Amino acid sequence: MKDVKVLGPGCARCKTLAEMVQQSADQAGIAIKLEKIDDMATIVGYGVMSTPGLVIDGKLVHAGGLPDAKKIAGWLQDGPAT
Amino acid sequence: MQIDAPHPANDPQRSLRWATGIALATIVWIAAYTHLTDFADSVLRLLGLSRDTAFGEALHFFFYDTPKVLLLLTGIVFVMGVVQTYFAPERTRALLSGRRAGVGNILAATLGIVTPFCSCSAVPLFIGFLSAGVPLGVTFSFLISAPMVNEIALALLFGMFGWKVAALYLGLGLLVAIVSGIVIGKLHMECHLEDWVQAIQARTDQHYEHDTMTWIERGEAGLAHIREIVAKVWPYIIAGIALGAGIHGYVPQDFMASFMGKDVWWAVPAAVVLGVPMYTNAAGIIPIVEALIGKGAALGTVLAFMMSVIALSAPEMIILRKALKPRLIATFAGVVAGGILLVGYIFNLVL
Repeated sequence: MKDVKVLGPGCARCKTLAEMVQQSADQAGIAIKLEKIDDMATIVGYGVMSTPGLVIDGKLVHAGGLPDAKKIAGWLQDGPAT
Repeated sequence: MQIDAPHPANDPQRSLRWATGIALATIVWIAAYTHLTDFADSVLRLLGLSRDTAFGEALHFFFYDTPKVLLLLTGIVFVMGVVQTYFAPERTRALLSGRRAGVGNILAATLGIVTPFCSCSAVPLFIGFLSAGVPLGVTFSFLISAPMVNEIALALLFGMFGWKVAALYLGLGLLVAIVSGIVIGKLHMECHLEDWVQAIQARTDQHYEHDTMTWIERGEAGLAHIREIVAKVWPYIIAGIALGAGIHGYVPQDFMASFMGKDVWWAVPAAVVLGVPMYTNAAGIIPIVEALIGKGAALGTVLAFMMSVIALSAPEMIILRKALKPRLIATFAGVVAGGILLVGYIFNLVL
């Protein structure tokens, strides 16, 4: 079970990102716990400066704009590349 | 900020395809841009209309301006999409952190033009800057310049009124951002940040992840920027041009001069006040601006209106309210409004 958080104050792109992640996980058959974070203090706490941000298992993997669907699949597969 | 490794994009065939694509697109773009009048003329001929009628003139305006604005917009948005890949917010922050007032304000206002910014990210960006030791006034210079000196507005002003107006807009916009930031910095309003923001300010474990992008990835970012911006703003632009075309065809010459002309002293403040509750993007408002000016409205008045619509938007204030106490928001709005007023009067005086 992967713990996935989408960081964003509820703008259109944050919702799109959450949908993309869910879709990607369903396709790959990976169980995830998806959570949307819209509390500013928490978002800023991850060091994000542009939204939406994506956190997988406590690690920030992406911030600012929508990532490629292939990249999302990659992050879900192997966890964040360091 | 991309922390993953870039996917392999060095394959030579792909590079060749991209280079050819960019060259072809540039040629087509230039060819189209130099035949705008021919296009509008032939549309009118096909419809069997003449420019002598008000309806014909309005249609001609519409079919000349729509492709022109869309072409300019696509070109600029692509270039900016590529340029922005060099200025991630993290990098801008690294450049600004520790700068003193003055130099810092100038740098912040300039970086505001090239750093990608959307008002929904205003709060995280604001706090990200402050927590890295960027002074409050310098942060505000950035926050004012980013939406106001907008690359889209600049490109469209250049296309419609020539480089002088575009340069004046750029210069005065930067000036408003720099001076407003210095004023806010001098007022020492750090205590008017919301309490949770002040608590975060203590943390300084920020580091900048250097991005390694291939030029193809930067090109892809440019294309993505086109998809994102043009897809979002084209309805505004068409609506703006249609309204502009109506004004162009039907409103009598010099009609606007009577209440938006140079001699009407209250026109500039009225324009600023009118602009605050209105919220659209630069691309949607410029065709209206062009039509108003064509009918005798003073450029300074119209530009003040435009700056006010873009830089002083109610939605952005509401978002910023989460991090700023009311007095700081009021100061921010007041200082920027004052700057815009000044720009309006200077424009009316100089031109």
